[in-house]
Amino acid sequence: MRYLPNADADRRQMLKSIGRESIDELFSDIPEEVLAKFEPLGLAPRSELEVLGELTRWAEASDAAKRVSLLGGGIYDHYVPRIVGHILGRSEFYTAYTPYQPEISQGTLTAMFEFQTLVCELTGMEIANASMYDGATALAEAVLMADRIRKRRRVAVAANLLPQFRRVLATYAWAAGIELVDVPFDASGRCAWDRAPHDVSGLVVQSPNAFGVIESLGGLKAALGDTLLIVVTYPLALGLLEPPGAFGADIVVGEGQSLGLPMGFGGPLLGLFATKGEYLRQLPGRVVGRTVDADGKPGYTMAAQTREQHIRRERATSNICTNSALCALAATVYLVSIGADGLRQVAELNLAKAHYLADGIGRLKGVRLAFDGPFFNEFVVRLTEPASAARRRLADAGFLVEDPNELESLGVKNSLRIAVTEQRSRKELDRVLSVLGGKR
Amino acid sequence: MKVLFDHALREGAGGLFPSSDVPARTPSDVLGSDLVRARAPRIPNLCEGDVARHYTALSKLNYGVDDGIYPLGSCTMKYNPKLNEDVTRLPGFVGAHPRADEALSQGTLGLLYELSGLLRGISGMAAVTLQPVAGAHGELTGMFLFKRYFEERGEPGRTRVLLPDSAHGTNPASAAMAGFSVTEIRSNDRGTVDLDALRAELDSTVAGIMLTVPNTLGIFEENILEVTRAVHDAGGLCYFDGANLNSFIGRARPGDMGADVFHFNLHKTLSTPHGGGGPGAGAVAVSQPLVDYLPVPWIEKMGETIRLDWDHPKSIGSVHSFYGNFLVAVRAYAYLLQLGDAGLRAVSENAVLNANYLQERLKKTYPLPYDRLCKHEFVLSGEGLPNHISTLDIAKRLIDYGVHPPTIYFPLIVHEALMIEPTETEGRESLDRFAEILEAIAVEARERPELLHDAPTRAPVRRLDQTQAARNPILTYPFDKS
Repeated sequence: MRYLPNADADRRQMLKSIGRESIDELFSDIPEEVLAKFEPLGLAPRSELEVLGELTRWAEASDAAKRVSLLGGGIYDHYVPRIVGHILGRSEFYTAYTPYQPEISQGTLTAMFEFQTLVCELTGMEIANASMYDGATALAEAVLMADRIRKRRRVAVAANLLPQFRRVLATYAWAAGIELVDVPFDASGRCAWDRAPHDVSGLVVQSPNAFGVIESLGGLKAALGDTLLIVVTYPLALGLLEPPGAFGADIVVGEGQSLGLPMGFGGPLLGLFATKGEYLRQLPGRVVGRTVDADGKPGYTMAAQTREQHIRRERATSNICTNSALCALAATVYLVSIGADGLRQVAELNLAKAHYLADGIGRLKGVRLAFDGPFFNEFVVRLTEPASAARRRLADAGFLVEDPNELESLGVKNSLRIAVTEQRSRKELDRVLSVLGGKR
Repeated sequence: MKVLFDHALREGAGGLFPSSDVPARTPSDVLGSDLVRARAPRIPNLCEGDVARHYTALSKLNYGVDDGIYPLGSCTMKYNPKLNEDVTRLPGFVGAHPRADEALSQGTLGLLYELSGLLRGISGMAAVTLQPVAGAHGELTGMFLFKRYFEERGEPGRTRVLLPDSAHGTNPASAAMAGFSVTEIRSNDRGTVDLDALRAELDSTVAGIMLTVPNTLGIFEENILEVTRAVHDAGGLCYFDGANLNSFIGRARPGDMGADVFHFNLHKTLSTPHGGGGPGAGAVAVSQPLVDYLPVPWIEKMGETIRLDWDHPKSIGSVHSFYGNFLVAVRAYAYLLQLGDAGLRAVSENAVLNANYLQERLKKTYPLPYDRLCKHEFVLSGEGLPNHISTLDIAKRLIDYGVHPPTIYFPLIVHEALMIEPTETEGRESLDRFAEILEAIAVEARERPELLHDAPTRAPVRRLDQTQAARNPILTYPFDKS
């Protein structure tokens, strides 16, 4: 077995040196009854060459990757600069463990410190953790945290939250005994937050939301009183949009996939989590701090660990241990590679291309935008013909468009959600217009 | 070491994205000026070469499995085959959007389906979900399943979860997040669950027990069947933490030991890398009575087609945005295909042989509080060394010798614990060298204790001031003060 270095002779000698007769003796503490029931998988070992062939066949059977994507809803077809993969491919990063021994983990720790700084810069918040599993679990943790602070056992949630966030939040809230109260949206597609109840620990809004519409957050924090404002963000859009921190958000979470991660069939993803400095003791997850070593030289180490499960056990702020560290490194390298200017540029490209398509759609008969609120790179189109028919024509032309049933689950009938990233060309967008316009 | 914010800001480096092929739009015109960012984020604009050098320099401050032995107990830091990394970069995998139609996702869905089948076989249990993305996430999913099971049975009074005192911290934290209270069960002098203490706690308020098998001392619960039977007889469920599966994979199955929920750490047992702390994957297997409650969507085969099935009204709901960490699952699947049954059996054989070999040798130098056959790991104590030498000193001195220290100060039931897991991918020579270093350190502790007190001196930094980090936390770059 090429991954296991001991040769038969080694094993014999090792057994002898520990006074054991056989390998089986090493497993004599497992009850015979258990060993007797064992059944193998019926799987023959394969060579590297065969496994590579097998995996390549599976990858090639994934037709979605060959189409032109208009899919969004939290995961987007953004360009990943080549350098990101090369840095992530350094085994000093990807084969290291959680940095419990900081003296030989300064690479990971420094990058995490940079990541936390970048998340705060993007979101306009004071502190950020070193990552959560994904945007949805980050939101669930944010709601648990808000309820630890305000303890009202109820949290208001905008009904235009992306369903995958809502589903995961619902599971965590059910188990924690927190009631979720829906807040409806208006004709612009925005959350009607003036209709949110007041006796809640927090209000969750997403911007841009499930319809791609950018929420109007001005004045919201003041209207909430001491209810915590939890904003779910789209980090790439923050290259252009005023950050949630500027509107007084208490907790900002988001899906970080847009920052240099492949779509990867939805995982691994990257949960972003940022909050105000005053809530550090309630923060879930790992956080890295700057300190000095015995010679007074600057260095980095895990900080505020008394919140965490390995110290606080059942009283920890979360059970999270393994997070998305390597994905956080990807986001860090991504942001540093493109810089503030590149981030602005890519965000403006998304805005321009999405609006180019939306404006074109506005000129077509039988199609219009479902909501009049401002949007970034994603919008909802309402059709007079059945949405499934329009979708089929787009699919026949090589485009990936989402099944309309998710929008239907949000009460938006006969509509398609369309996302346009910097990767889409004018030629592709013109083709979308001609297909939707009924021309061949 | 510079952080990137120490680099001078300069005009945009540019060149990554083409200029727009559609008419440019002025953001404030399109969105209104109140929605447009007033101040740019402080992200330096660097040349690509600067970025490459910065992160290459950082990487050299790290220690990874490719650098040498990484004997972190309970973490299974084994070698990560390069093939597994390469296959995750195949265009069909990286470019797959999770919302694409099932018909266009047969490659990705099919791989997940096949992997679930293999994991079901390895566990000997009824069904598997791949949604949880870390061990602790699998535990939490398991606790959600416990909760739903008792809700459905009309037994909401079962609110206590029992845990051995050797349990990993994520276990009690996961139970608490699902709304359970935690009761600790003491270990007996053999390092296993005290059956009398367990039976004394079993009543109608107990939802079940969370066990690590083998436990965090590296000891297999010989009474595992008595333990699970007692819990089942009292109407409870048995959760198995699978962090230590490499010690019996290919020769025994948790399903045959009475497990109701078992989580895999694909990033431990099946050799997907840790990434400096993630991402992982924490697939969960369940026994028949819990199948209906598994997270949606299920990945099912209907005829020749793999489908996402959402129609499971008793399900706990979802625990992840999509289908778990697909690209981690790809690595695990590639590893399983390469190993096959014979390879899996060789994994547990070598993991256990390596650990026992090291244990027998090192117990002559360091106290071994539970001196018996171990599985894939064992726990020494750093107690009793002269000159006020602590386990922390030993760990830091190991760094000076160029090897990664073991897990320290865990499990809590051993004073000054040194928890050593060599893993199956170390050979005898590597184990001998590691043992020689620990033996040399024991001599130094007597003869030159300052070498231990001052360690490390050969690492990129010396011991870090944790007190300052806790008292005066600096968690972001101090732009305004520099």
